[in-house]
Amino acid sequence: MLVLVTAICGLGVLQIFSATHETRYSDAWWKQVIWILAAFLALWIASLIDYHTLLGQVPVLYALSVLTLIATYAVGLTAFGSRRWIGTASYHLQVSEFVKLVIVLLVARYLAELKTEHLELRDLLKLAGLVGVPMVMVMLQPDLGTALTFLPILAAGVFLAGFRWQYALAAVVIIALAAPLSYWFVLKDYQRQRVVSFLDPSQDPKGSGYQVIQSKIAVGSGALWGRGVTKGTQTQGRFLPVPHKDFIFAAFAEEHGFVGVIVVLGLYFLLLMQIVQNGQTAPDRAGMYICMGIGALLLFHVLVNVGMVIGRMPVTGIPLPLMSSGGSNIVAMFLMLGLVNNVRLRRFVN
Amino acid sequence: MKLRIVRSDRDLSSAGLLRDDTKFASGKIAVFQYVMIGIFVFLITGFWDLQIRNPDLYQERAMENSIKSIPVLAPRGKILDRDGRVIVDNHSSFSLYLSRENLKMEHLKPIAEGLNLDYDSLVARVRRFQTRGAPQYQPIPIKEELTPAELAFVDSHKDADTFPELLVIHVQHRLYPRDGLAAHAIGYVGEVSESELNTPDFARFHQGDVIGKDGIEREYNETLMGVDGQRRVEVDSFGNERRVLGDDKEAIPGKPLQLTIDLDLQAVAELTLENRRGAVVALDPRNGEVLAMVSRPAFDPNLFAGRIRSKDWNDLVNNTAHPLMNRAIQAQQAPGSTFKPIMLLAGLETGAIDDNFHVNCPGGANFYGRFFKCWGRHGTVGLHEALVHSCDTFFYNVANRMDIDDIARYADMVGYGHKTGIDLPHEAEGVVPSRRWKIRNFREKWYPGENISVGIGQGATTVTPLQMAFAIGGMSIGGMWFQPHMIKDAVHLMPARRAEVNLDNIRKVVSGMYGVVNEGGTGVRAHLPAVDVCGKTGSAQLVSNDALRAGFKQGKDMRDNAWFVGFAPCNAPEIVVATLFENGEHGQLAAPIVRDVIKAYFDKKARLSQPQPQIASLPSPLLAPPVPLAPVAATTNP
Repeated sequence: MLVLVTAICGLGVLQIFSATHETRYSDAWWKQVIWILAAFLALWIASLIDYHTLLGQVPVLYALSVLTLIATYAVGLTAFGSRRWIGTASYHLQVSEFVKLVIVLLVARYLAELKTEHLELRDLLKLAGLVGVPMVMVMLQPDLGTALTFLPILAAGVFLAGFRWQYALAAVVIIALAAPLSYWFVLKDYQRQRVVSFLDPSQDPKGSGYQVIQSKIAVGSGALWGRGVTKGTQTQGRFLPVPHKDFIFAAFAEEHGFVGVIVVLGLYFLLLMQIVQNGQTAPDRAGMYICMGIGALLLFHVLVNVGMVIGRMPVTGIPLPLMSSGGSNIVAMFLMLGLVNNVRLRRFVN
Repeated sequence: MKLRIVRSDRDLSSAGLLRDDTKFASGKIAVFQYVMIGIFVFLITGFWDLQIRNPDLYQERAMENSIKSIPVLAPRGKILDRDGRVIVDNHSSFSLYLSRENLKMEHLKPIAEGLNLDYDSLVARVRRFQTRGAPQYQPIPIKEELTPAELAFVDSHKDADTFPELLVIHVQHRLYPRDGLAAHAIGYVGEVSESELNTPDFARFHQGDVIGKDGIEREYNETLMGVDGQRRVEVDSFGNERRVLGDDKEAIPGKPLQLTIDLDLQAVAELTLENRRGAVVALDPRNGEVLAMVSRPAFDPNLFAGRIRSKDWNDLVNNTAHPLMNRAIQAQQAPGSTFKPIMLLAGLETGAIDDNFHVNCPGGANFYGRFFKCWGRHGTVGLHEALVHSCDTFFYNVANRMDIDDIARYADMVGYGHKTGIDLPHEAEGVVPSRRWKIRNFREKWYPGENISVGIGQGATTVTPLQMAFAIGGMSIGGMWFQPHMIKDAVHLMPARRAEVNLDNIRKVVSGMYGVVNEGGTGVRAHLPAVDVCGKTGSAQLVSNDALRAGFKQGKDMRDNAWFVGFAPCNAPEIVVATLFENGEHGQLAAPIVRDVIKAYFDKKARLSQPQPQIASLPSPLLAPPVPLAPVAATTNP
């Protein structure tokens, strides 16, 4: 697992370097290396502490998360028009990234305690409520993308725990009804625009659709073998938005082509397989829920981010884990992988 | 909700943990894995679509995104005087273009507002480029001579998200002499017009090309224009150049053009004419080189160097003095008394008069029942005196003795009535009346009585100042006419035309013209102490004597035109100068101008024959001293 993670991170650092080497972010790759090193430390620590101990602390962690989110909302730094960071100017902590971890633990503990064949509606609603509170708070930051990442954790847990198909049907109906309503009443203008430009990018080629169009051009022009490191005109010419963060995979696809894409997606696939396998061999239900929740989260990130890059998912502004530049995301992701490792290390305990 | 979790804590540590295995979920985990595979296939097919199925499309679009074609405008060739001094230069400036590769019509409004351009005309301009099918890489010029403020606007708006079509190009603009010096001879440049593009001559140009519009600029546009190149650069989304692609097409600069014009003489002619309406032409009769060509009123060709503002253009076109007209080659006026030398030559050549021919001038004479007035009372005059004192009565009689077609033949011989073929556009040909001319234009036969006015250069005869200098110059060197031309290395010149004339007769005419200046004739003001000047005054009536008698009121514009044509030295002419004043009353006023130009010519010649002080180092070959002319005859040294 560590080999896979290191390979993905390495390619990420390379791409960050390539995408930023002539810009004012040119030290981003170096910062990323430092973050990755710090993250490995975090991974090591997360592997050491028995995850049962962490599960025991879930109420504390949950309360802490909610309080921190409130604090962030109140005093957090405003960056790119939304409040997601807390901390000093040079190193921000994106609180919501760590809340994901807490959500994983929360879902694992809650579901592990249930011994029923199927999830009862009452338990389902309770769990949804517990996940919903921080999710709404993150949504209000506003950071719809990160908030949405809580859902696959919940969904994977509920799916594994078992539920009546009527509930699933009801959920689909509710979502189908809620979608148009939320489009008009909940989403902000820019979010609405993103949806519109996802459905038809050419409608607004210089606004939100611009990112998608430029991203597709970048990916397409990479062709089979790519244009080579630091040779992509879309990336280097800065036509591609944030090529070291959200659109890093477009930059990668431009410079490394289809072959590079297959390699990286293959790495992610293998990593996910490992996580799932760890879930299968977990010593207990809680360990399985942890692994599967994290796997679902990672899968969701890959789907939404990479899908966005090729125009098959709307622009949500969620990073590609392990590759995108950004400290909080890397550390949080490594912490989760540490948890997976933690579960793996204890697979022979009983 | 905290409570609930605390409550469930108890269960976790209970015996339930023993039954806590993951077997129950293995089927669901398999489902999860299938979903995972599905998602990865979904993503990979997306990449397959973009990268393998049609990468060309996206590579092309990436190119369009990042590659800008920038024209490299070839500077026009400089225009030099005969000594290599620069008359027309170029100066650098920045022009704004719209790159058509990423042009958006909806951007025109804010661009027009940002740069204070008229929106409607900007749109019309862009449409014109699109409909004319100019090549896509060719951008549309929309503003010249950008100010720093405008440059700043462009710089802050040329990024990919705002107006990526904005393109600033470094251009060389024409820089003409101030005060319209030699403006008419040199002409001006301008953007090729819609109507010009529809003519075969201009079909090869593109919308937006700057071409010579008049004068030398137009005549030698081919030479001066050069060939524009093209540079392809990779730009980033802010419109900054990142990399120059290696496939540049170099611009080929226009070639410099050396004129026969002598700036010294030109300047003297300009100064002496002052602001009077008229023209001066100085030729070297020995080879047809134009030494100076002035037309007044003049215009400032620098107005045209960018795109001329419509107000300036309207001012020029609607000006009743017609400043754009090159009077030196386009003003067609009756030659008046300057026609008398030609009449004298024609009379002698045809045998209508002989050396002993003389008339009595009591102030006029009767022909065909009408009295023709002379401007003075000259008593008995022979050939010589008649020319010296410009006696009308004498030439009435000469004309009366001749056939109009003979007069026309000699007028034609000296070059009147047809273009001299000078290398300038829009030359006028003037009029030489004859029987055929009368039939063709009036469907009437020629009445002998009409000869009388023709004898003194009135009537239907009209000539241009250039024709006059050409005619008298050719005659003065013994009846040989060299095609007038403006450039030093003229190639396609017509061979000199030699007339079968008796040199004795020419000598008699020249002697008379010597008397005009040096024997108390009408042109004494053209006299120079150091060099023999020959010449002839002329004042051409704009209104016939009949009309004057009828009490026609003489307003300013009805006053006579004044001519003077002179050459020097009389025995071996090197320079001939013709001057026309419109509404200048009398040819005597034109004489000093001719004198000053001739004086400038011989002064310069004398100066150059002096030993030159050594100048230590000359910074530029253009400043090298001119090649000295032929050594000056001792008699002409001051």
